[in-house]
Parts: sequence; C-alpha cells; structure tokens
Amino acid sequence: MQTMPKWADIVLIPLINLFLAFFISGLVILAIGEDPVAAVKLMVEGAVGSTYGWGFTLYYATNFIFTGLAVAVAFHAALFNIGGEGQAALGGLGVALVCLMIPWPHWTVALVAASVGAAAFGALWATIPAYLQAKRGSHIVITTIMFNFIAAALLNYVLVNLLRPAGTMDPASAKFPEATHLPTLSDILNSVGIPFAARTPANVTLIIALIACVAVYYLIWRTKLGYQIRAFGKSEPAARYAGISSVKIIMITMALSGGLAGMMAINNVMGEAERLILNSVEGAGFIGIAVALMGRSHPFGVLLASILFGFLYQGGAELALWTSIPRDLVVVIQALVILFTGALDGMVRAPVEKMFLMMRKGA
Amino acid sequence: MDYLTLLQILDSTLRLATPLLLACLAGLFSERGGIFDIGLEGKMLAAAFFAAATAAVTGSVWLGLLAGIAASMVLSGLHGLASITFRGNQLISGVAINFLAAGITVLVGQSWFKLGGRTPPLIGGGRFPEITLPFAEALRDVPVIGPFYAEVISGHTILVYVALLCVPLSWYILFRTRFGLRLRAVGENPAAVDTAGVSVIGLRFAAVAICGLLCGIAGAYLATGLGAGFVKDMSAGRGFIALAALIFAKWRPWYALYATLLFGFLQAIALRPDVLESLLHFKIQVQLLDALPYILTVVILAGFVGKAVPPRAGGEPYVKER
Repeated sequence: MQTMPKWADIVLIPLINLFLAFFISGLVILAIGEDPVAAVKLMVEGAVGSTYGWGFTLYYATNFIFTGLAVAVAFHAALFNIGGEGQAALGGLGVALVCLMIPWPHWTVALVAASVGAAAFGALWATIPAYLQAKRGSHIVITTIMFNFIAAALLNYVLVNLLRPAGTMDPASAKFPEATHLPTLSDILNSVGIPFAARTPANVTLIIALIACVAVYYLIWRTKLGYQIRAFGKSEPAARYAGISSVKIIMITMALSGGLAGMMAINNVMGEAERLILNSVEGAGFIGIAVALMGRSHPFGVLLASILFGFLYQGGAELALWTSIPRDLVVVIQALVILFTGALDGMVRAPVEKMFLMMRKGA
Repeated sequence: MDYLTLLQILDSTLRLATPLLLACLAGLFSERGGIFDIGLEGKMLAAAFFAAATAAVTGSVWLGLLAGIAASMVLSGLHGLASITFRGNQLISGVAINFLAAGITVLVGQSWFKLGGRTPPLIGGGRFPEITLPFAEALRDVPVIGPFYAEVISGHTILVYVALLCVPLSWYILFRTRFGLRLRAVGENPAAVDTAGVSVIGLRFAAVAICGLLCGIAGAYLATGLGAGFVKDMSAGRGFIALAALIFAKWRPWYALYATLLFGFLQAIALRPDVLESLLHFKIQVQLLDALPYILTVVILAGFVGKAVPPRAGGEPYVKER
C-alpha cells in the first residue's frame, strides 16, 4: 500500500535528509570555531554570486552529472557501481590517446572521437567486474573497489613510463594539440552576446552532459532495454522468469554505467587540463554516489544534485581561500549527504510515513 | 640477497602486516555477523587521528590508544545504527563513514593544531616503545635462528604482539564459544537465531562493536607505532587491502594471518625495489606490486583459485517476520 503521496517521497524526504546533512555540517563548522552563517554567505557569493563563480560551479557540476548518472543507471539494475573513480580515470586515458595519437582537423570531430574513446575505455573497465559478477558470482562492489586501485596503479604506470614526454619529471602526458581544445562556456555565451567571465573551466561538455541526462531518462523509462534494467533491479527472479537474461542486463548496464563515468574525462581532461595528469578524477567518481542517492537515481534529480555539489565544491574552494576552513569540509558534507540520503533514509522515512498515515486516518 | 636483508624485509613485513591483520580481523567479526563493512578504512583513519592527537596533547600513548578505539567505536556505532537499527544499505553506510573520517580528521586536525591536517610529531611517551623480547640479544649469535629471533620476532611495539595474539583469540571466540557460534549463525541465518530466542540485533551490534575495537587498535598502531603522528589520509587504502585479505582468507582467522602477512610482504618488498631487482634480474614495476593485492583479490573472488563464499546473510538487514 502506498503510505504517502508521491511528492513526499521524491521531494519532502530528500529535502529533510538534505536539511539534516547541512544542519550537522553547520554544527561541525561551529565546532571548529567558525561562523556557519558567514561561511554559507561566502560560499554563495563565491560559487553563484558571479559568472566567474558559475564558471567553476558548472564545470564541477558537469563532472558530477556524468559520474552521478553512472551510479544512477547501475542503481536501476540494483547494482552498486562504486568504481566510477577508476572508470573515469580510464576514460581519461581514452581521451588522451585519442587526442594525442590522431591529428584532428577541428575540435568538433575531436570531441566526438574523444567521447567515444572515453566511453569505450570507461565501459571496458566496468565490464570486467560486470563479467565477473554475472559469470563468476563475485560481488560487484568489492570488484569495482579493487578496480579503482588497479586503475590508479595502471594510470601511474602509463603516465610515468609511456605517455610522459621525454625530459620531463612530471607524471603527465604531453599537452594536447591546439585543434583539440574545446570552446569554453564563456566563448560560447560571449559569441551570442551574453557576457560570461573568461578563464573559467566550464566548457561545451556541459551541453553533452545535459544531453546525457535526457538520453538516460529516455533509455530507462522509454525503451525496452530500460524496462528490462528496471525489472531486473526490482526482482532478479521475476526478470529471469520473464525471459530477461541476467548476464546480458548486468553486462549492458555496467557498460553503460562505466561509459558514462568515463565520459567525465572529456570535461576534466580534454576541456580543462588539456593533458592527462595523475589523479585527474579527484574524487568525482565517489561524489557520483552522493549525487545519485540524492537525485533518487533520476536524471533530473542527478542534474540538480550535481549543481548543488558543484556549488559546494566551488564554495568550499572559496572558503579555503578566505577562511581557515579547509576544503575537506566538502568531504564531510558529502559524507553526511551520503549517510542521510542513503544509509539513514529509513530513519527519516518511517516517521514521515507514520505522519501521513495519521493524517489519512484523521481525514 | 643476504640473510640480513631478508630479515629486514621480514621485519618490515610484520610491521606492515599488523594494521592489515587487525583491520582484517575487525572485518571478519563484522561480516561473520552479517554486517558488511567497507568502512574499515575510515574507522582506521579516525582512530589514527584521535590516537595521535590525544597522545600529542597528553603525552600518553595509552590514552591515545583509548581515544583511537573510542573514535572507531563511535563510527562503528553509526554504522550499526544505519545498517542494523534503520536497516539501511550497509555498503552505502560504509562509503559514508570513509568520507566522514577523511574529512573530519583534516578539518579537526587543522582546527586544533594548525598544521595543515597533521598532528605534531610524537616523541617519547607519545609512541609505543619497541619491546626487546627476553634473550633476544643473548641468542643473537645462535646461527640462523638467533638473528631471526632478534630481528624479526623481537623488537616490535606491543600492538604487534597484540595483533598476533588476536588471531588465536578470534579463532577461539568464533569457533569454540557459544557467543561465536551464535555470531556465525547470525551471519548465515538470522531467522534461525531469532527463533532460538537470541537477539539478532544484540549480536550484530556486538559484532560491529568488536569490529570498532579492532579497527581502533589498527588505527592507533598506524599513528603511534608504525608512524610518529597523524598525516592526512595516512590509512592509504589499508582498509581496502584488509577487506581484500578478508576475502583472500575466506573469512577465517588463521587464513587472515597468512593473507595479511602476504600483503604485508608485498608492501615491504615494494619499499626495496633494489632487492627485488637483484633477485629477479629484471626490473619489476612498483605499480604492479601496488596493484597486486587487489588483482589477487579479484582473481580469488572470481573463483579461479578456490571459491570464496561470504556469510550467506551478509549485507541483508534482518526483518522480523510479522
């Protein structure tokens, strides 16, 4: 029986969860002797108070949209892909190879090819754990964690031994050629007459991220495959009984998930750094977990949650710059969001359900 | 490679295996009780920080150990609250705990010590002293065994010996006591335990508490035994290696010892690439050694070398039938 209206489930409960997470974050700020109100003010000003701030907020958000969608797609099949970090790192390798190996005539062509490269490498890195889960029964969570570490070691090896230009000490690839540089958001907006701060990293990848949101929505709720994925996620035996191959669904879902995580690399590697560096993902793969949980695995929710985390990231950087609150505050907030929207969801849900039941009885 | 170099490597193997072993046994209790715990890393990190901070302020390493255990137990309590009481997703709760510890340690560390998230270096009573076992010096001249005893077995901090003693102790508790039987049962078939009139919730909280205790010792050892103070992210993935070792050990205490010694050995030898190169006559990539525990775990999990079967009710919150 539906105990509470739909809006409560998708709006009210996430908001209460979020409120609890932020409330405790505020207490943490108080506990280390800083003023939470001033901190929020500084974060808002720094992250969304100017187009310069937005340029960074949207750049981070773009990363999180990809990794969030990746986790969300896997959630629909009841798979917990914790390996977004490694998949995005491998995506970066795909982008770097595409950009460095082939002389591209124009960024548009390079972008398409790099997207394919990023998605393919990310997908490949996700399908190995998927295969091991589907065929050998090893737990996908553990394997994807292990693959994060293996990816880090692999990237370290490739950067130090293979991609590093001769004569440099830095474990990073060569700079990508000029023709592969993506137009930034300010280039695009200024060209249509909207003023937007230059020298910000948000770039054309944002549009691809938005397209990815729509595509994931369409896939999950408007196609046969999406139906199969959701059916499998709700009940594996029922899906099997209906003739849905579990091996096929696990493999395809994880490939999609890894591909999405990998595509994050066109934003950070191709769009921003314009070369492949060590640890280019910087934890965005893990933020995808928080984003997907908060967004209730719905692309629109993921989009909103990504912008929120983009705001937190940029705001956190501003805080670190102007106050003595380290950037790690964002990690704490991220942890609390995961805790309240993910693990402690039942704590909030039960009393709210009870409240609605009481209201119904009263009416 | 001469005998002394070998002994040095074995000595650091034991040092490096200790936190892995403690964390692995911690995970063993938790997972045998049906609670998956990927938050070992976070608990170790939090324990390391609070142990180092307390030891730095009070100058007493024992108070530091207690503080470390307390910090780890608080996180364990949180994990229990989320995954036992509110029947939340245990994996998600573990992820949250890892991030919480990573963030809080730096945040609080910066606020207390203003050293960029570090604690002041520990000196004197702030660290565990190395214990020379009886006759270590007298027996040093006995060929082969003497130096082995003096170099590898003797000369560690008390926590190393505690960790080693935890292995038979864990085995005894799990396989020879009533509590252990029940704990294992609650990880395999909680409904049966419930039917017998034993509290599933109570047992699972006990499992999680033991896990917190052991992770606390592991973390305290990192900051006050292996190192001398806390540095940001000092657990450096050890919680995950311990998790890997746990699977490698197929959730058994003695195998956990062997698995963590193996992984400790891999870490120790990664610190001495020169030795490895002279031994193998070709250069082995450090990155491969770093990744080896994880690769081995994947191989084991995939069942290519024996099958690792986790406790059957692991990860499932228990719901009483109505």
